[in-house]
Amino acid sequence: MALSGIQIYKMLPQTNCKDCGYPTCLAFAMKLAAKQVELDLCPHVSEESKAQLAESATPPQRLITLKANGNEVKAGNEVVLFRHEKTYYNMPGLFVRIKDDLLADAIKEKVAAADTYSTNYVGIDLVLDGFAVEAVSGSSASFSAAVAAVRAASKKPVILIAQDAGVMAEGLKVLDGEAPLIFGAGAENWEAMADLATQYKAPLTVTGNTLDELADLVEKVKGKGIEDIVLAPATRSLHGELTTRVLIWRLAIKKNFRSLGYPVISVAGDAGDPAKEMVSAAQAISKYAGFVVIDSFAPDFVYPLIVLRQNIYTDPQKPIQVQPGLYEINNPKPTDPVLVTTNFSITYFSVANEIEGSGLPAWLLVADAEGMSVLTAWAAGKFDAERIAKSVKAFDVASKATNRTIVLPGHVAVLSGELEEELPDWNVRVGPREAVDIPAFMKQAMT
Amino acid sequence: MPVEIPKDKWNGQVRVVTLGATADQGGTRTSTVTVGGETTMPFMHFEGEIPHRPVIALEIKDRRPDDWSSLLLDLWSDKADDPAVWAKAAEEAGADLIQLSLSLTNADGNPTTPEAAVDAVKKVLAATGLPLLVFGPGQADVDNELLVAVAEATKGERLVLGICEDKNYRTIVATAMANDHLVIARCPMDVNLSKQLNILISDMGLPLDRVLMDPTTGALGYGIEYGFSVMERLRMAALQGDAMTQLPMIVTPGFEAWKTKESKVGVDVPESWGDWEQRAINWETITAVALLESGADILVLRHPESLKRVRAAIEDLMTAPETV
Repeated sequence: MALSGIQIYKMLPQTNCKDCGYPTCLAFAMKLAAKQVELDLCPHVSEESKAQLAESATPPQRLITLKANGNEVKAGNEVVLFRHEKTYYNMPGLFVRIKDDLLADAIKEKVAAADTYSTNYVGIDLVLDGFAVEAVSGSSASFSAAVAAVRAASKKPVILIAQDAGVMAEGLKVLDGEAPLIFGAGAENWEAMADLATQYKAPLTVTGNTLDELADLVEKVKGKGIEDIVLAPATRSLHGELTTRVLIWRLAIKKNFRSLGYPVISVAGDAGDPAKEMVSAAQAISKYAGFVVIDSFAPDFVYPLIVLRQNIYTDPQKPIQVQPGLYEINNPKPTDPVLVTTNFSITYFSVANEIEGSGLPAWLLVADAEGMSVLTAWAAGKFDAERIAKSVKAFDVASKATNRTIVLPGHVAVLSGELEEELPDWNVRVGPREAVDIPAFMKQAMT
Repeated sequence: MPVEIPKDKWNGQVRVVTLGATADQGGTRTSTVTVGGETTMPFMHFEGEIPHRPVIALEIKDRRPDDWSSLLLDLWSDKADDPAVWAKAAEEAGADLIQLSLSLTNADGNPTTPEAAVDAVKKVLAATGLPLLVFGPGQADVDNELLVAVAEATKGERLVLGICEDKNYRTIVATAMANDHLVIARCPMDVNLSKQLNILISDMGLPLDRVLMDPTTGALGYGIEYGFSVMERLRMAALQGDAMTQLPMIVTPGFEAWKTKESKVGVDVPESWGDWEQRAINWETITAVALLESGADILVLRHPESLKRVRAAIEDLMTAPETV
């Protein structure tokens, strides 16, 4: 639990010696509380206070990082239950599951496709994070062969899933030096799994049927010196998963309950058919999973999930905006039309992509609407004729697009009269409501 | 180690709203639908009541739409030519409710007349016993003209009339009051604007148990996070006791998802988007599920397969976990 400046002050020497560089101990305590300085700056603080302060500085939900060959996936370190209270920080890692009863060639094919999968969304390239290899064959040789096949086809982080510690050990040997996530420890096998986690300095999942069981096993595993833990509740229904993850986050973030202060993994692939798996994965992304394991890997399955993840983990404190200005698309000439839109990034990219896709040249005037979409900005009074006219002047549009044809988004057709008054020497046109209809509009109406 | 379950204590409750009226109640519906009544955040059965499960409406139109994805038009095929046949098919597909959206013009391009709108609504009421939502074409003056005629011709049915917005709510609210119907109050993703509109509607004298609110949402990839968070905030305000936010929430993920390029367009799109039909269904389903998790009471969809998937999710989520 974070301490206040006054609470920290009570643990400091209270001598105002200034050795830390601050005029008083209280001033230093305030900086500590705001996490703007490190305690090391005070040479006189007691060992006891140091320990107490270190404890209070520990995040309520431990950060777990999976690394491999320069790729990294982080989960944990979240500080709020609802994104509007601040933001979520670490997007859940999406891992594609490979079972070891698949033939090596089939594994390589599936892994290669998922490994190179990339899709562009509002100017960002979105990718999958890694692979989960599961021992279902029961054979150590098959498991290590499958792990080797995955590693041969991808350099991304790996999760190893096995019940039997002997089988797990064979998989870990293949990835020596990598520290993959070991999935994992249950009531029966936890000691052997904890030993492997120690030996390979790897993070370990802990499974339990109830929160009590989970917390118990976490404490046992911690007793063996394991710090990097991921929780794997055994529940598989949507309602069970939702409730369990909500409670785990609440206990960690609001109650500072250390035994459950870890990110949670969800195996959406266990939901059954792809339709259920999709819903399970979507719930995991929007509600509190740190790692999500999926079986289906079809682009039409992955693309919506990866976009959902991007959306939910967008920082609500910073509307995603693009720079207002006059953008040139497909090398416009002075005779080409000016299309106008707002500087909300999703709006901008939807419109810009469509104009580009039409193959027709145009000027795209992006007005400053404080990062809102066309309709929202219009309703909030941030996208009206006056603002549009102001942008036309500010970006000197008339000197570049001398034909002076300006196209309004169809949703704000009501502004056309006012805009004609604001821009008397311009030809004001009304375009389609949705970006997707821009190419047809440009082909029919603008040529 | 026994873990103490942290329960949030709420003192507010979402209002209970019943859609449709049976013959005993002054209408002609064979069944009604009741939503609302929650005393906790979505599906937190361990700390509060969720007396009514979220429901799903399928959207149909008064005539074959010009601007719907061909995937939907091919699916409904000639059923889309007759609202009565279409409504019956939607009921058979498993809808709890039917949303009839009136078109701005008829097939010949002439404005939809009040007579034609009333005719379409009556046909649908005759074809199905489910409660009905009737949406205007979305232009204030036309909406008012058509919805008033519809409201008067169906007095007592407890239809849901959509939609009231801050610039255009008086006429619709007045006719709903006079003819025993319900309304939808829609605001553009803003907690305070939503409250303000609910206050204005309430001030006109319409009881709040005849008002649904639509906080407006974006589709997946097109601003869903705004709708998601505004709904969570509205629901929290309701549970904290703010009376003007204690209305069941209706959202239109079908309309939002099916106007995106991902759902509408099957050619000349990136290979990384995958199969068109699956992508479109996934787009609608994920949009709906995310909004379900953030507090939706009524979801309006367009594709029966999305309905099936969202319905399965609702059934699962309405089960209280045995152990936590």
